[in-house]
Amino acid sequence: MNAAVSTDELTDWLRMMTLIRGFEERVKNLFSQGLVRGTTHLATGQEAVAVGASAALQPDDWVLGTYRGHHHALARGMSPASAFAEILGRSTGVCRGKGGSMHLTDVSHGVMGSYAIVGAHLPIAVGCAWSSKIQDLGRVAVCFFGDGTTTIGAFHEAVNLAAVWKLPAIFVCENNRYSEYTPIDQVSPVAHAAADRAAGYGIPGVVIDGNDVAAIRDAVDVAADRARRGAGPTIVEAETYRHGGHSRADPATYRPEQEVEHWLQRDPVAAVRRQLEATAEPGRAEQVETEASDQLDRALEEALAAPEPDLSTLTDDVYARAL
Amino acid sequence: MTVMNYRKAIAEGIGRALRSDQRVVFLGEDVGAAGGAFKSTVGLYEEFGPDRVWDTPISEQAIVGAAMGAAMTGLRPIAEIMFTDFLGVCWDMVANQVAKARYMSGGQLEVPLVIRAHGGAGLGFGAQHSQTWENLLMSIPGIKVAAPSTPRDVIGLLAAAVADPDPVILLEHKALFDAKEDVPDEPFLEPLGSASIRRTGDDLTLVALSAMVPVAVQAAATLEAEHGISAEVIDLRSVTPTDTATLLQSVERTSRLMTVEENPRPCGWGAEIASIVAEEGFTFLDAPIQRVTSANVPVPFAANLEHATIPNADTVVKAVLSYS
Repeated sequence: MNAAVSTDELTDWLRMMTLIRGFEERVKNLFSQGLVRGTTHLATGQEAVAVGASAALQPDDWVLGTYRGHHHALARGMSPASAFAEILGRSTGVCRGKGGSMHLTDVSHGVMGSYAIVGAHLPIAVGCAWSSKIQDLGRVAVCFFGDGTTTIGAFHEAVNLAAVWKLPAIFVCENNRYSEYTPIDQVSPVAHAAADRAAGYGIPGVVIDGNDVAAIRDAVDVAADRARRGAGPTIVEAETYRHGGHSRADPATYRPEQEVEHWLQRDPVAAVRRQLEATAEPGRAEQVETEASDQLDRALEEALAAPEPDLSTLTDDVYARAL
Repeated sequence: MTVMNYRKAIAEGIGRALRSDQRVVFLGEDVGAAGGAFKSTVGLYEEFGPDRVWDTPISEQAIVGAAMGAAMTGLRPIAEIMFTDFLGVCWDMVANQVAKARYMSGGQLEVPLVIRAHGGAGLGFGAQHSQTWENLLMSIPGIKVAAPSTPRDVIGLLAAAVADPDPVILLEHKALFDAKEDVPDEPFLEPLGSASIRRTGDDLTLVALSAMVPVAVQAAATLEAEHGISAEVIDLRSVTPTDTATLLQSVERTSRLMTVEENPRPCGWGAEIASIVAEEGFTFLDAPIQRVTSANVPVPFAANLEHATIPNADTVVKAVLSYS
């Protein structure tokens, strides 16, 4: 791990990772209680990628995520209350109840959408990066996606275009080893589903420990620097693990017990907690955890108290003005 | 005024947009240095350079996705899809992404882009390069869809599309490239959702779109000259929004409606028009609404088969005579 991590940084990281972990636990419970409609895809176990990448970004950089995207949105600063409310389908939801769990969007924090068609947001992120280049904004566009995305065409079109136009895009693959229910090595012929493809597009592809916040921060930092210099995109492949199943109540029994146990031992939240405990005064970690838990309880209470969207809003925002 | 053909009007319209608004950028396959697969974008790269006119790889998903991301972040991209049929390659971008971003984000995201495509049959391009998809596109909420039939409308509808805060798809027709018309030299726009009456008449209303407009106009001339039937021709111009007021006012006077559509019959745009008039103008009608459409087949290659597939003035005249 990189030496240059301060106690304050570790505190911030633990605070956000605990917040994400607790957020996802509450969503899971809400789903079990029948309060969340449709489906959910939890990021439990993958918190370090979102937190590490965010630590390397500027406030006005853009991120685009997937249907497994609560952690990206929260790590960028989306309010947990408006995120809970959106997932619960309430009027105070960040998307006014029109998006749901899979489409958290918060333009005020640079969260330019969460997308639920695998691969679709890569070309869109490339468009944001293209826009930054044309307008000379100095912003980077970060696109988070899973290992399963590397087998769909949009991935390849997007990486190719970003490479050939030297756009300030960063492709962050959260390789959680499963393309939904199927092991990625059954459906991808290369060892590193995302990073090994980088050579085909003449750009850097790096593989890092996706449960190590500092390693992710450093890799994204290098990629962002390259992007802002006009040198083009980078693929960062963060090896991590989904503690739960693909979605909803998927028990993920298709995964070997030993494998699950191996990765639970490498829990990224516990790792940051240990690091903090080693450097901070006693009680700091517990304090951070209590504060995050209290914040989530208040946020959820607020969201549950909010009304459903008014039916009069049904036809709002299809177009800028109703036809 | 300058006389200009439809093909030249495409480049003229894009050039006017690039000239008047620095946020406008233009991208697509072969649109820059090559001047377009149909030479419909000649001169733009030379005038505006590689920072405004971007040649892309053959990557329709990336073209529309890039335009979407740019539109979400302050630009006004015009994306060209070489053939309308190729929208099938990026249907996810059009139907799932571009069309839904504003709604799914509760109004946070705006996607003010224009997608232009060259479509239509009649020129021997075969089944995968000849379709007209206004009907498919009009069933997707969140996008606007227009199809110019004249050089003036190519420029005017594009100007309206670029100025519009919503995503707009413009479907140009390959068979119209040589159509000539006077176009104003000064800036102008033709509003989306506004039909144009191309010929006035009293006995029946023909409503048409794109390349079927000159077909309907020619049929109306024959009906007047040879059969004493006075047909009004409405050029719908955009299917979303639909100008129902102009339609209903016309049918109120003529009491008869026939659609002239270049698309297979099931769920063609004319079915929606017929539905609107049946619901809102039933008492105006003296006879059932009729539809003239393409045959329900993939567009065939052989000239005689292709010409038998799409409506022409003769088939429209015959349909009117058997109707009246």
